[in-house]
Amino acid sequence: MSWPGVQNVKPIDMKQFLAFVRKEFYHVFRDKKTLLLLFGLPVAQIVLFGFALTNEIKNSEVVICDYANDEASRRITGQIEASGNFSIRKHLRSHRDIEAAFQEGHTKLAIIFPARFNHDLLHLNKAQVQIIADASDPNTATTLTNFATSIIMDYQNELLEGRPLPFRIHTDLRMIYNPGLKGATNFVPGVIALVLLLVCVLMTSVSVVREKELGTMEILLVSPFSPVLVVLAKAIPYFFLSLLNLTVILLLSVTLLDMPIQGSLLLLYAVSALFILTALSLGLLISNSTDSQQSAMLMSLMGMLLPTLMFSGFMFPIENMPLPLRIISNIVPSKYYYIIVKSIMIKGLGFSAIWKETLVLAGMTAVLLAISIKKFKIRLA
Amino acid sequence: MFHPFNEYKTMKEVVIRTDKLTKRFGDFIATNEISFEVYAGEIFGFLGANGAGKTTAMKMLCGLSAPSSGAATIAGFDIYKQTEQIKRNIGYMSQKFSLYEDLTVLENINFFGGIYGLSNKQLKLKREELVETLGMQQEAKKLVGSLPLGWKQKLAFSVAIVHEPKIVFLDEPTGGVDPVTRRQFWDLIYAASDKGITIFVTTHYMDEAEYCNRISMMVDGVIKALDTPARLKEQFSAASMDEVFFELARGAKRKAD
Repeated sequence: MSWPGVQNVKPIDMKQFLAFVRKEFYHVFRDKKTLLLLFGLPVAQIVLFGFALTNEIKNSEVVICDYANDEASRRITGQIEASGNFSIRKHLRSHRDIEAAFQEGHTKLAIIFPARFNHDLLHLNKAQVQIIADASDPNTATTLTNFATSIIMDYQNELLEGRPLPFRIHTDLRMIYNPGLKGATNFVPGVIALVLLLVCVLMTSVSVVREKELGTMEILLVSPFSPVLVVLAKAIPYFFLSLLNLTVILLLSVTLLDMPIQGSLLLLYAVSALFILTALSLGLLISNSTDSQQSAMLMSLMGMLLPTLMFSGFMFPIENMPLPLRIISNIVPSKYYYIIVKSIMIKGLGFSAIWKETLVLAGMTAVLLAISIKKFKIRLA
Repeated sequence: MFHPFNEYKTMKEVVIRTDKLTKRFGDFIATNEISFEVYAGEIFGFLGANGAGKTTAMKMLCGLSAPSSGAATIAGFDIYKQTEQIKRNIGYMSQKFSLYEDLTVLENINFFGGIYGLSNKQLKLKREELVETLGMQQEAKKLVGSLPLGWKQKLAFSVAIVHEPKIVFLDEPTGGVDPVTRRQFWDLIYAASDKGITIFVTTHYMDEAEYCNRISMMVDGVIKALDTPARLKEQFSAASMDEVFFELARGAKRKAD
């Protein structure tokens, strides 16, 4: 008994594969809500992190209590006002009014110049300024006092050009690479990592699991279309969407946040493509371990987004974490990607500076991909 | 369109042959040494209560589930070694409605035809033929999700045989469909059978059992009876297939799921 013409198994050709990819694009573009989320999300995040949630401080209100009212105190006050970070709310006559000023709620900082400030500075080489900060928001307080201190230091350096003054304390403000203390420089690489993860992990896992839920996965598995190709065809649209998303974020950060890309754009895209692959493999792994869209979504959010927020170093500095958490942070792929993007975008470094992180990321991708493809085959049995 | 009940094709070319096909899940034997043959072009009804092992057996035949032991050939190909050839020769329609609701009727035809490697010319012919047979000229460019269930089911069946397989497996294809649509659905089944496609169908509806050329009754993982509906009724001196079913299923020990 034989069926003519069907004995030879011909491999899946490009046309069959493209038919599948086209279908995946239909899914993506017909789901308007998801599409909106896909492209609205990076925009919203950039705007949020760039403006609303920024730790950059602009026009914080400050009160000045100037008992000296001499040249030095007026010059410093002028520079504080000119910095753009502060706006002077009012000049107080007495330090007794300071508490009242803080209690009004608008004042973040008070600067007190004692009497004979200029005189002390010039003749005793030693003068004091008191800075009082509203520490109910400790981060802002720290940043503001640093700012004010640096302005005073600047003035002092200007005044005492070249003269060594052993008793002066050098304040390290750690403003290298980001002299303007722009918040965006830290957030943009973080947002890129977050959005790419969200698109790739969440969307891929949901799209594979949806086929299982709908029952279409069975139909696909009964067809001669190989399961590995199913996965590949599903990954392709999200791969391109992610690159598009990356472009949107970069454009926004350059135009809206005035954040230039210091390093090679090509290198940035290349490592991003690698990170997208990492995320896609993670998405596949998740879709293999669950049959419902909801749990796929939960796993992606809890398993991917949270660690990215916590352990990539973008919200909380890893150096300050206790050792166990620092160890955990090493298995979070976004940590490496975050380091790479920061190096390329902000520091303008080349491949020689990031090859280690790239290698780790590539290794992770290879392992994840191998596991998820293997698991996918087992499910067929 | 309707054939007399017990006049099934006389050509006895075997397209499905199972020999003691068994599936175990741990200690539980879902399908216990079932052996049967299905002939080319016939409509073979695969009946049984919920949990009797029908779906498991069908999944093994389709290559969705690996048998624990036993042998089977589908369209002449070995179920263990020649799964790729089998896939090219079968169609499958699952219990769940399984077309893409966010694709149009034509896009669904293109997709499923496309993954079976139909050429553009073949796809064009198929699109025209399907739209014509189903009378969906108006709906061809509408999203499948907007169609009524009955139309979806008919479309799903047509798409399952779009690549003209030797055998099509239908897992409870008419669940939740009204009697008129079910009748129309069976018209499609008969048309496919006339073209030489073997139909392997599971159902809960005993009136549908009567439409089959031969039926097998599964109880607790084994095939308890296999014959034409007329002979089964004779054998169990029953007036209808309903009675035959009750007679056989009464002894079932497994609880329905």
